Amino acid sequence: MIKEVITPVNIKFLLQGFALTLYIAFISIILSTFFGTILGVIKSLSKGILGKLVGIYIEVVRNTPLLLWILVTRFVVQMKAVNAGILAFTIFTTAIIGEIVRGGLNSINKGQWEAALSQGFNTFQTLRYIILPQAFKNMIPALLSQFITVIKDTSFLWAVGIEEVTGKSMILMGYYSKPMQVFTIYIIVALIYFIVNYLLSLIFRAKHEKLTLQGK
Amino acid sequence: MTGPFAWFKWEALFKDWAIFKDGFLTTLTVSILGLALALILGIFFGVLSVSKIKIFKFISRVYVEFIQNTPLVIQAIFLYNGLPLIANIVLPVKTIGVLAVGIYHGAYIAEVVRAGIMSINKGQLEAALSQGFNYWEAMRYIILPQARIVMLPPLTNQAVNLVKNTSVLAMIAGGDLMYRTDSWANEKLYYGPAYVLTGLLYLIICLPLATLAKRLEKVNFNNINRTEDEEMNIGCDKEATA
Repeated sequence: MIKEVITPVNIKFLLQGFALTLYIAFISIILSTFFGTILGVIKSLSKGILGKLVGIYIEVVRNTPLLLWILVTRFVVQMKAVNAGILAFTIFTTAIIGEIVRGGLNSINKGQWEAALSQGFNTFQTLRYIILPQAFKNMIPALLSQFITVIKDTSFLWAVGIEEVTGKSMILMGYYSKPMQVFTIYIIVALIYFIVNYLLSLIFRAKHEKLTLQGK
Repeated sequence: MTGPFAWFKWEALFKDWAIFKDGFLTTLTVSILGLALALILGIFFGVLSVSKIKIFKFISRVYVEFIQNTPLVIQAIFLYNGLPLIANIVLPVKTIGVLAVGIYHGAYIAEVVRAGIMSINKGQLEAALSQGFNYWEAMRYIILPQARIVMLPPLTNQAVNLVKNTSVLAMIAGGDLMYRTDSWANEKLYYGPAYVLTGLLYLIICLPLATLAKRLEKVNFNNINRTEDEEMNIGCDKEATA
């Protein structure tokens, strides 16, 4: 009975969905880390109008649900569904990473800035070579948990009909009626997410420990 | 004027204000009850995770890792679609909302509580136990009150995330704010005003909490710096007297 569910065709069907999940998550993470770092730096350094605007962006997006941004990009901005999804995730995650980066930068002792500047580094060089590397080391746990959240939260995209792995599994469940069969599909989907996210967290944890040890 | 934010669309929105109010109240109720459940689960499993008994630790790890590494959406849909089919348990949709966000954020809060307890000197627990407190009493009266200061900022952040995540209800016809907005906007095709209003309503709940979290973080940050300074001063005094 369960054998009818665990077939190569079904597994392939689900993994195709998971490929889309990872694709959306990966692009969104790259873009959000890039933009988030820029916003975090601006928020941390600029006390003027630019810093204020970035602050408003971060606060508004951070305090509204991801699903709202998924709906907004889907119905207000006209573009391909998957791209709209990536846009929604980038808008949302950029704000969260911006806040993480701001916190990370603020945790670095002011003396580091003064020392670097006094050695003839300019602001950009100080950030690039002195401040950000130290800050990123502190930010790794927060960033990691955000990346895992992105992978998990792509499942919200099923709300606008994007067939990532959650969507695929819902479609698959429609073909089966026996409780054990449906339950098996739930287990498989949960395991797919679990394995990838758990491995990610293990790798990052090991890496983080290595970095902290090097720091000492 | 027929832009996405045309005036007549706003008028239609305010005429149907009751729908949004209803959704807002549902979101608020589910958030409060969900947070209560998350706190109970979080404290329980957080305390278990620092227990010396291996099996308790293991149970707590399984809960935290399994829930944190699988999507809330899957968990919610399982409660909504899976449970009736598999175990013949049909729950009201708001109860599902409370259970889903409560269990999900309970796993995160368990980690916060664990970190909070770890931040307290081990001698405190030993001292309490030697004074005749049992394990849970020692946690309740000695350890957790001290850990509260460390735990409050991340707990407040979790509360914000919990409120936002109640929107998962929209995917199972839960009647929350996001669901009401989505169905209203799809019916009338007036997306602009609906999304702006919904965003504002979520901000009303989340922004004060987020601001509070930030303020608490700042207080902690200053406290830590101050204690470090004080320690340094004490060190200097010693040198001076020596």
